[in-house]
Formats: sequence, structure tokens, C-alpha cells
Amino acid sequence: MTGLITMDDLTNEEILDILDDAERLLPVAKGELYLPLLQGRIMGNLFFEPSTRTRMSFETAMKRLGGGVVNLGDVKTSSVVKGETLYDTIQMVDGYTDIIAMRHPRQGAAQYAQDAARVPILNGGDGAGNHPTQTMLDLFTIRQAHGKLDGLKVVLAGDLRYGRTVHSLSHALTRFGCELIFASPGLLRMPAEIVSDLQGHGANVTETEDLYGSINDADVVYMTRIQKERFADEDEYARCAGAYKLHAKHLADVKEDMIIMHPLPRVDEIHPSVDSTRHARYFEQAFNGVVARMALLCRLLGVAVPADISAAGGAL
Amino acid sequence: MSNEQSMRRVTAIRNGTVIDHVPSGQALRVLEMLGIAGETSVPVSLVMNVPSKKLGSKDIIKVEDRELTQTELDRLALVAPDAHVAIIRAYVVAEKLSINLGEEVVNVVRCTFSNCITTNSREPLAHRLRVVSRDPLHLRCHYCGRPQDLDELVKNAL
Repeated sequence: MTGLITMDDLTNEEILDILDDAERLLPVAKGELYLPLLQGRIMGNLFFEPSTRTRMSFETAMKRLGGGVVNLGDVKTSSVVKGETLYDTIQMVDGYTDIIAMRHPRQGAAQYAQDAARVPILNGGDGAGNHPTQTMLDLFTIRQAHGKLDGLKVVLAGDLRYGRTVHSLSHALTRFGCELIFASPGLLRMPAEIVSDLQGHGANVTETEDLYGSINDADVVYMTRIQKERFADEDEYARCAGAYKLHAKHLADVKEDMIIMHPLPRVDEIHPSVDSTRHARYFEQAFNGVVARMALLCRLLGVAVPADISAAGGAL
Repeated sequence: MSNEQSMRRVTAIRNGTVIDHVPSGQALRVLEMLGIAGETSVPVSLVMNVPSKKLGSKDIIKVEDRELTQTELDRLALVAPDAHVAIIRAYVVAEKLSINLGEEVVNVVRCTFSNCITTNSREPLAHRLRVVSRDPLHLRCHYCGRPQDLDELVKNAL
């Protein structure tokens, strides 16, 4: 394995192994245990477009494991603004670091960087393409709640057209035999090519505009933000934006162990009244970004996560 | 109608290239892909929708005073992978060229997706399209993974 560009770079067995590693690393991610598995290693954080959670959680993950981080910084003040190609930027950072975490507005940039680099690339999002580290933390969160990934009923709701998170996640869930319900306004439906791709892989997919009628027998409800920046027409945005507002009152008849997830940031698609219910998992999900990325950093750098973490680690 | 009769619908050429067994109706797309549509000074003859034992019906193209290069053969593979190409010198077939569509099409055409990383012409790595299926032909960009529309692709020859 070189880098992680799409979920196709991992077999189901590898996914489950990495989730097991992540599970064991939880006390390290929480700062309860010090385990410098990546001491002396340096990660390059190359974010060519804005990011809060992904960039910070990569950095936290590396530092919790004793590694160092160098940042590209603001693109506006880097050599990118002077017209440097991605190829040249990667050649430079490749020489400075042992692994690169990257986000880029152009689709295919992560694969391109991997072809240009000797060190592994972790794709933190490329255009509307893939976001596999988000998928890994989503899978971790789902497995943490349900103890398994196989055969769950998952509702994916909101902007399914442009959201790279739901594209990567629906592919991964299909591989584990989950039933998928795509709930979105008509304008923001899952692209037909993705639906037919998923069905070609044996997915059981239902498309609907009725979110509230779909959640009662779901195991997971995955909400996404309707992204204002994607709309040319303000009125169209206004119509779609108000489409879903999940409120605590909608949860009266849902399954006891159903969880609500969101890649964040949210706007008004999940009302704050949901936050205090047993179903809300989005803040844990954001935290899980650290532990999932810790496990991925170890895997890609060829560092084994000890079976007995408490014996291997020390107090902070 | 025999194959010979089909070939004789247009005059035999002295020197040049004959592209036979082009799928029916694809001749104009082949010319566009080869960059010999419109602005060319060499004589080009084509017959379309003639009977063919192998294909049912087919198109044939004859380009005078020009021999196809390997790059052009690679482009031809995307629109007429089963075509037969013969180089004619002094009215006789001097060479038969084979078209090979491999696992990947490298530096022949550029990805059609407008937000693909390869749309920056200064990026130096090769343009690579993966052959996902041969019949019907489906290609995906190695980098962005987008499926390629063959009609669009014809306009993106390198």
C-alpha cells in the first residue's frame, strides 16, 4: 500500500484491521496515554483549500503519536500563488516529509500527487471526488455504535449531488452489504452514474424526497449540509435549504439505537434540540477523525499498533 | 456485394492510407479524431454504410499521400478499435498496421472533465485514461476517475 486516495485502495479486511487499530488507539487520542509511535516522523499538511476539522485532526493525530507536522500555510502566501505546479510543490514537500496529507480543489489531484511522490499521500478531499479518511472515521463511528458494519440500514440525506463525503461513504457501505436510502431534494439527488455504479456492485438503493418517512427503521441517519456556494440561483438554494430540518420531535418513533451523524459544519439541517438526544453522534464523529487518522498514519508509515496499548504507552 | 466492390466505390489510391472496417456511421468521427476533418490539403475519400460480411455494414476511408503515425493509430483505437489499416505505396498494400487498445491510453487524449487536475496544461505528468470495458468502449481518467464521453473525447486529442 502506498497512499490512500480512494476507498478502493483498501480491502474490507484492511478497513476492519485499521478500525481495530483505531479502537486500541482511543486512549492515546484522548490524551490519557502517551505512545510516541511516530516519533521522528514528519507529516506535510498540504491544504490547498479551506478546512477546519480535517486539517486540525490530521495535525492532532500526528502530534498525539509523537510526530511532527509542517504546514503549507495559506495558499495565498505560498509558492502556489506564483504559479507553481502541483507536481513541483509535491517534489519539494516529498523531500521534507515522510507522509503527506492533502486537500485540493481539483478532482484527481491526490492521485496525481501520489504518482509524483515517493512518500504516501493521504487524500483529505479532492474537488467533488473522494474523501476516504472521512469515510474511515464515519465507518469507525458506525461500528462503535452498532458493533458491526454489515447489513445496516443507512439513510443519507441532504446534498447528495455535490457532497464527496456521501459519495465515498455510500461506496464503502455497499461493500459491507448495507441498505442505502438516499433522501434529497430533487435538485440534489445522488448522481445517476454513482447510483448505477452502486447497483452494479449489488447495492440495495432507494431514492426518496421524504426524509422523515425514512428514518423510523433506520440504523444510521447521515445528514449533510446543503451547500449555498453550489447554487447559481438564490431562490433555488432557499427552496432546497429549508427542505430538511431534523428536530427532536421527529425522533419519537425511531429505533432505540439509531444514530444521527453529520460531517459538520451544520447550518440548520439538525436542530440543536437533537444534540441532547441519545441519537446525536456528530461531535463524537468529529473527534473520531483524530483516532481514525492516527490508525491510518501508522498503517501508511508501516508502524504496527501494539496489541496491548496500556503496556506499550506511558503516562503523559 | 463483395468487399472488393465496396473498396472500388471510390478510386484506388496511389500512395496513402486505407482505413477499412470502420463501424458504420463512424467515418466522420474517425476523421475528426485523426485531425483530418476540414483543414487538410490531402485528398480524402470516404464511403459510408456499405455492406460488410463481418460488421453488417461499415465505413471505409482513404487518405491520399499520408501514412498514419503510431500516435494517430492510438487515437484511432478509441473510435474504431477493430478497423484495418493498410499503407498503400504505388497502388499496392505495402504494410498492414494493427491497432492495439491496451489497458491504458497514455498521452493520446486529455480527460474531458473540466475540474480534473490534468486541465492545467503546465502539469507535467502523462494524461492517462483507463480502459474499463472494450465493447462498448468505456474509459475513465486515471486521476479523477470520471467516465469519459467519447463524443467529447474526440475534441480532446493531444
